[in-house]
Amino acid sequence: MHNLTIAELVKGLQGKEFSSVEVTQHFLARIAKLDANYNAVITVTADQALKAAAAADQRLAAGNAPALCGVPILHKDIFCTNGVRTSCGSKMLDNFVPPYNATVVENFEQAGAVVLGKTNMDEFAMGSSNETSFYGPVKNPWASDSVPGGSSGGSAAAVAARLAPGATATDTGGSIRQPAALCGITGLKPTYGRVSRWGMIAFASSLDQGGPMARTAEDCAILLNCMASYDAKDSTCIDREVPDYSATLGDDIKGLKIGVPREYFSEGLDPDTEKAVRAALAEYEAQGAELVEISLPNTGLSVPAYYVIAPAEASANLSRFDGVRYGYRCDAPKDLNDMYTRTRAEGFGDEVKRRILIGTYCLSAGYYEAYYGKAQQVRQLIQQDFEKAFEQVDVIMGPTTPSPAFKFGSKGDDPVAMYLEDIYTIATNLAGLPGMSVPCGMVDEKPVGLQIIGNYFDEARMLNIAHQYQRATQWHSLTPEGVA
Amino acid sequence: MSIERQEIEKLATLSRIAIGEDTITEVSQRLSSVLELVDQLQAVNTEGVEAMSHPMKATQRLREDEVSEINQREALQAIAPDTEEGLFLVPKVIE
Repeated sequence: MHNLTIAELVKGLQGKEFSSVEVTQHFLARIAKLDANYNAVITVTADQALKAAAAADQRLAAGNAPALCGVPILHKDIFCTNGVRTSCGSKMLDNFVPPYNATVVENFEQAGAVVLGKTNMDEFAMGSSNETSFYGPVKNPWASDSVPGGSSGGSAAAVAARLAPGATATDTGGSIRQPAALCGITGLKPTYGRVSRWGMIAFASSLDQGGPMARTAEDCAILLNCMASYDAKDSTCIDREVPDYSATLGDDIKGLKIGVPREYFSEGLDPDTEKAVRAALAEYEAQGAELVEISLPNTGLSVPAYYVIAPAEASANLSRFDGVRYGYRCDAPKDLNDMYTRTRAEGFGDEVKRRILIGTYCLSAGYYEAYYGKAQQVRQLIQQDFEKAFEQVDVIMGPTTPSPAFKFGSKGDDPVAMYLEDIYTIATNLAGLPGMSVPCGMVDEKPVGLQIIGNYFDEARMLNIAHQYQRATQWHSLTPEGVA
Repeated sequence: MSIERQEIEKLATLSRIAIGEDTITEVSQRLSSVLELVDQLQAVNTEGVEAMSHPMKATQRLREDEVSEINQREALQAIAPDTEEGLFLVPKVIE
């Protein structure tokens, strides 16, 4: 049953071949039995899940239930869930039980989806390996000595290990696409403003965007149909109709113009990863698409621009964690300042503190223009690169990451080595564009991802393009050992 | 560029994060390595380039000034570290 896709589960549930309670029990049992191997789930909500499943079965019996009714999913532990601890992977929020649902959580609840629990993640979504989580690292289902990627590593590993057929995730600099690539699943970061950020704990507000993870593009389409909505509570959400992402999956892609950026195939890219990505491009050519070499000349500036903008916004966003209204507070504070400084020193992990300090530096008097102002200008240049490219091509493709999953601890003590992991994914966040990762090969028995970058609000076409690839290939249906 | 000890102490004060004496050197090394990375931006010619604030140049929406949320004072205070009679308690500020 756990090998069924969301599309197949929907069909089975709507056709009464099995009940939501049965499906939910099956996945809860898998989490209980297998998650000790992966550490992908921080909190399991078994009782609530079974209640929701029973309610979903009633709705299904009554007819006219929404597509996701009765389908079990996991939420990344960054989305606030009413009455369920929402930790954001941090000691700071280890005791935080929100009194409300994020809009994304509410959307799934309205649709009757069943929430099995909350997934592990890098602390406050800051990391590319899941090593910064307060709850310990997640293990990659393909290789237990290797990282699952981050920050949505728990969601990615859970889907790869068939602990859930789909999960929510968020992406600030690659946090959906990079773990999707490293765990061999499909993940989509939508256009900035497509999915509500309300109730999604903020990291870098001008870059953060929620999106779905599943094994197939078809399943991501079903999840995005529910996840995307206009929300007046998120002031940066764009008021634009949500299309039916499932309706156009079958469209022909003959004549599609695919831009292949020179800068995404330069030094630093593992040769075997390149081979797998080139083979995927050849498959598209075989389906009638045309490859066009393009240039995104400012790609190299995206990592430095990001490491000004993201920490600057994070330092402002994370100032709310002060030990006063919720979350961690240090023991026996001497005075107010002692309470603030010790609460934050003890509640945040090293990487989070580092980014707050960098951000504070970049925003401090005398440095603002030289850092934040400059980075926002460079961001404009990066966006212009994409604008020019999309005058010539329909989509852009390249590798999601420079190499497959790396070993725990292998990025050493230098934070910059880890930051370069996101070299191909960060630019799309800076430009606000949608990006996707689709499994396209195996290197050393670890998965490799093909990245698809679309124009603004072109998610339907990207899902269509990914689906056509998955109809012709099998990379997305490979199963890690010990999972079947 | 490398970051001086004094500057780390100032940043610690500004960001309200206590940094132990024994970790200052390490913190300073790691921050310097990140600053070296972001200093690549200084070489870019951005003359006349407008700073980007929103990818689709969207502006903040206005709404009617009407009550849209219900009062959840009790639920919100139930999760606080320390409260009394509807107030959030912190260590004494004024003697």
